[in-house]
Amino acid sequence: MTAKSYAAIMDQRAKIMRASVDIDYEQYTTGKLAFDYERLMTDTGYGVETACAVQKRTSVGDTPLVELKNITELARCVSSSGKGARIFVKDEAANPSGSFKDRRASLSVHEASKRGYAGVSAATSGNYGAAVASQAAKAGLRCIIVQEAFDSKGIAQPEIAEKTRACEAYGAEVLRLSVGPELFYMFLRVLKDTGYFNASLYTPYSVLGIETLGYEIALQVREIAGAFPDVVIATHAGGGNLTGTARGLRKAGAVITEVIAASVDLSGLHMASDHDFNRKSFTTGHTGFSMPFTTWPDRADVPRNAARALRYMDRFVTVTQGEVFYTTQLLAELEGLERGPAGNTSLAAAFVIAQELDQEQIVVVQETEYTGAGKHPLAQLNLARRMGIEVRRGDPRDSQPGQSIVIPGHPSQLAVVDIDLEGVRRSYLQNAIQRLPQGERLLDIDLAFLAEETRLSQTHVQEILNELTGKTR
Amino acid sequence: MTELIEKGSWVEIHKVVLKASDRAPQVPEDTREVPLEMRVKGFLLAHAAIGDDVEIETRSGRHLSGRLAEVNPTYSHSFGAPIPELSSIGREVRALLRIRG
Repeated sequence: MTAKSYAAIMDQRAKIMRASVDIDYEQYTTGKLAFDYERLMTDTGYGVETACAVQKRTSVGDTPLVELKNITELARCVSSSGKGARIFVKDEAANPSGSFKDRRASLSVHEASKRGYAGVSAATSGNYGAAVASQAAKAGLRCIIVQEAFDSKGIAQPEIAEKTRACEAYGAEVLRLSVGPELFYMFLRVLKDTGYFNASLYTPYSVLGIETLGYEIALQVREIAGAFPDVVIATHAGGGNLTGTARGLRKAGAVITEVIAASVDLSGLHMASDHDFNRKSFTTGHTGFSMPFTTWPDRADVPRNAARALRYMDRFVTVTQGEVFYTTQLLAELEGLERGPAGNTSLAAAFVIAQELDQEQIVVVQETEYTGAGKHPLAQLNLARRMGIEVRRGDPRDSQPGQSIVIPGHPSQLAVVDIDLEGVRRSYLQNAIQRLPQGERLLDIDLAFLAEETRLSQTHVQEILNELTGKTR
Repeated sequence: MTELIEKGSWVEIHKVVLKASDRAPQVPEDTREVPLEMRVKGFLLAHAAIGDDVEIETRSGRHLSGRLAEVNPTYSHSFGAPIPELSSIGREVRALLRIRG
């Protein structure tokens, strides 16, 4: 085993992480599995107002809330009489690097600067890289972004190629890697080599930075309509977007707002497969991230993930790739907003969910993202065709991720598929008991923790655990 | 004669970080058959030719080594040709909205 082998670096994981995020996660442990989530969050010292103040310094946040009147009208064309809620979108593309990820990056980079780190680093192939690079540029910190960028034939995912360009435009070093989970191994090597701050997507800073988004939505809607939104839909991948938004809504008092997670259905495609890599037309916001992270958030690059989506989601739906491309076209041609595509996942869901609600109700899509070369339906569909994927109009239910993309023939063909949250909760609990050290028993505090994590009663949690382990405790 | 690339040029290097046999145990079969590769850009630290083993200084100031792959690498990602399946959507939905009045 050489000093830089996979095993050697992974063995040092805990030590490298501890030095790079400067948080002693161990002190929050309260049981065999349980930890004090709220104390982990509050110990950072950031409330919504302090986060807002930091973000204001770099012009992050305070983005427009835009009513999508034409898309709402189109939803009413295909809904039952009296249905078709008003659809609003939070135009997060107005942030400095073009997405809500600036909110996530801002507190991390601020902390890195305050604590005297020479630079920041993040393992991300998405908008977050550009956000960290942009914030680092403004703070005068060095920046390294580690991306999974191309397959073994050297074909780059066009959306990631655009993110490479954006990060480099902000003066960052970008390590572009071929496909595989060893992205994390290379990230650890970078942190070890540089001693930079780990601007992980999953630290408390990253999630607290998004609370301002939920908070702003609640206040903006109340100002326009005199009440909080009925529904807020978040594009869901690693869980930070949904968690931060939901927490911000609650902090503003919008406790009855229904929070819905929406992901692109990429079932059947393996996230670490070299073959499948360029057969996905979405690099984020898809089930390849959202399912594993919802059912076990602590698979992240920090010991305890501050993004805990299952605690906050009232509903979890999927849409197809073709439906998101269709909706992206609607946003451009009916509303004059060229955004996305990945960020429009929640808009595709909103178009359908608005039809379930009354006309006076309000649905908010909580983000947009900038668009550009590579980061566009045309780039994705041209690549899809090159990879042999069939692209056609029709019923999106007939599509098969990796084989075909079906763009709806008519707006009435858009639909959402509800994911059974009871099943998701069971998967979470299954993952939890697998993490219980051999010979250990769950303490009462663990049961209380698992109940909070799954939003079930402790009795219900116990019943499921008994079923899963085939015994009584 | 091989063309020499000047010291200080903006270049990209390529390196195999993990050979196929050294990859993480959890990678799926197809990924296990290929090495983990890395590409990174920086300023060339000494004159060299394409294919040489070289050292670069990256934008973060690190010195990294690898095979010299490209000089002044192009950003070649684009939009590509229009997609006919998307082109008619705007016209279709505007017609629906007109019928509704």
